[in-house]
Amino acid sequence: MLLAFDWTQLAQQIVIGLSSGGVWATLAVALVLIYRSTGVVNFAQGEMAMFSTFIAWSLVHHGLSYWGAFFLTVALSFLGGVTVERVVIKPVERAPVLTVVIVTLGLFFLVNGAARWLWSPEVRSLPNAFSTRPIEIAGVAFSIQDLGTIAVSLGAVALLWLFFRFTKLGLASRAAAVNPEATRLVGVRVSWMLALGWGLAAAMGAVSGMLTAPALASFDQNLMQPVLLYAFAGAVLGGLDSPLGAVVGSLLLGVLINLIGTYVDWVGTDLRLPVALAVILGVLLVKPTGLLGRAEVSRV
Amino acid sequence: MPEALLELEDVTARYGPVTALHGVSLRVGEGEAVAVLGANGAGKTTTLRAISGSVRRAGRIAYAGKSIARSSPEATTRAGIAHVPEGRGTLTDLTVRENLRLGAYTRRDRAAIKQDEERVLGYFPPLRDRRDQRAGTLSGGEQQMLALARALMLRPRLLLLDEPSLGLAPIVVAEIFRIVGELNEREGLAVLVVEQNAALALDASARAYVLEVGRVAVEGESAALRRDEAVRKSYLGY
Repeated sequence: MLLAFDWTQLAQQIVIGLSSGGVWATLAVALVLIYRSTGVVNFAQGEMAMFSTFIAWSLVHHGLSYWGAFFLTVALSFLGGVTVERVVIKPVERAPVLTVVIVTLGLFFLVNGAARWLWSPEVRSLPNAFSTRPIEIAGVAFSIQDLGTIAVSLGAVALLWLFFRFTKLGLASRAAAVNPEATRLVGVRVSWMLALGWGLAAAMGAVSGMLTAPALASFDQNLMQPVLLYAFAGAVLGGLDSPLGAVVGSLLLGVLINLIGTYVDWVGTDLRLPVALAVILGVLLVKPTGLLGRAEVSRV
Repeated sequence: MPEALLELEDVTARYGPVTALHGVSLRVGEGEAVAVLGANGAGKTTTLRAISGSVRRAGRIAYAGKSIARSSPEATTRAGIAHVPEGRGTLTDLTVRENLRLGAYTRRDRAAIKQDEERVLGYFPPLRDRRDQRAGTLSGGEQQMLALARALMLRPRLLLLDEPSLGLAPIVVAEIFRIVGELNEREGLAVLVVEQNAALALDASARAYVLEVGRVAVEGESAALRRDEAVRKSYLGY
């Protein structure tokens, strides 16, 4: 058995794992973004991403190409995220953390309900963003779809990193997340930085939703609920306050779950969500700050 | 007396139901160094917060001839008031250089900002060697220097300094006050400094106000206050 180990299969399964991990990473980064600035996990992040995906579906339905719909949806989602912050989150900006958590839970049901009201139940799918042909690299056949998904999700994360690292606005929003009082005193409109964070998170969520849907034969309004769980597990694994951790954690988790599903017979595909939940539990018990997170310093 | 740059008249401020200022009046002239003294809880920090807009306040506050009594911290900063808050407001996750760039957030003149970065670092040599270090890794004295340097990047007309000596070794404190004095004399920067260490603050200022439970109890020239034994004994405790 060991002698006949199939290295080709291992390489293929790792790439498939990176592909799902990449999609989770974009949503995980969105969670981290909100967590750092607002101090809570936005439970509605997945539903907002689902809503974005339905918008993309409508655009495609009205004749736009996948990529046309993709970029338009990212822009619309950004505006949507900013609006959600201004309308729903700003009124509870100074409220206790628990209040904000409950507001995001409410948002979960509100967005889900709105999507059910706007889009009737029917068989619905997004076209494939990439060719479904396989491509051969070093003698191993990979799917272009998987490689493209990895490239787009990591590309989106990289763009976000460039924004935070190299622009004045990015610098101001990082500062606002760490120390809002002091940041206000250098003239930054801290409240708008929060809105910017929600907009960027919504845009990242849109990317993850639009990469998730084409892989499915059909999707409905529950599209992003498992993805949110995986993304949450990935973010916890990497450290909820670390964007890089969220990416590394999600990729690791994607590969891990896919390899377990492939090589451990009794897990298969049915037990993938429980594995993710076990990861959350294990990390919280053993190393609550995650792989790359820093020890919690409570907000005053 | 120099022309008034900042003038407070009967300013009150409250935190929720607790009134912290019961009507404070004070003035800072153009280019003048003024100290605010008093015991813990006298309202020194609140006075600075009222000026920069970090606390709800009422009364008349005029800066450069305009009312700023209703201005937000963002607006007073844009007007040229740099507030170095209690506890220094260190942005621990950012590097020294990023802290400085953030200090110039409201400015658009890129070339001048670059020049100012060099000029400001000239005042604080220890920061020059730590430009790419995270601010959280600096010593307390260096963090206070960074807070000052960040404030200077605004090119302020008025500097509000809250307890710059807090938690620092005497030799570091002396150095910081020396630099503030130099900025005041050489660059004509008006300074309003809040201090518990009265002797130090009186040495560094031209005039001073002594607060007691949210009111001005005594005011006068710093040199005169320093000589007045009654004031020293009853208000300044040294």
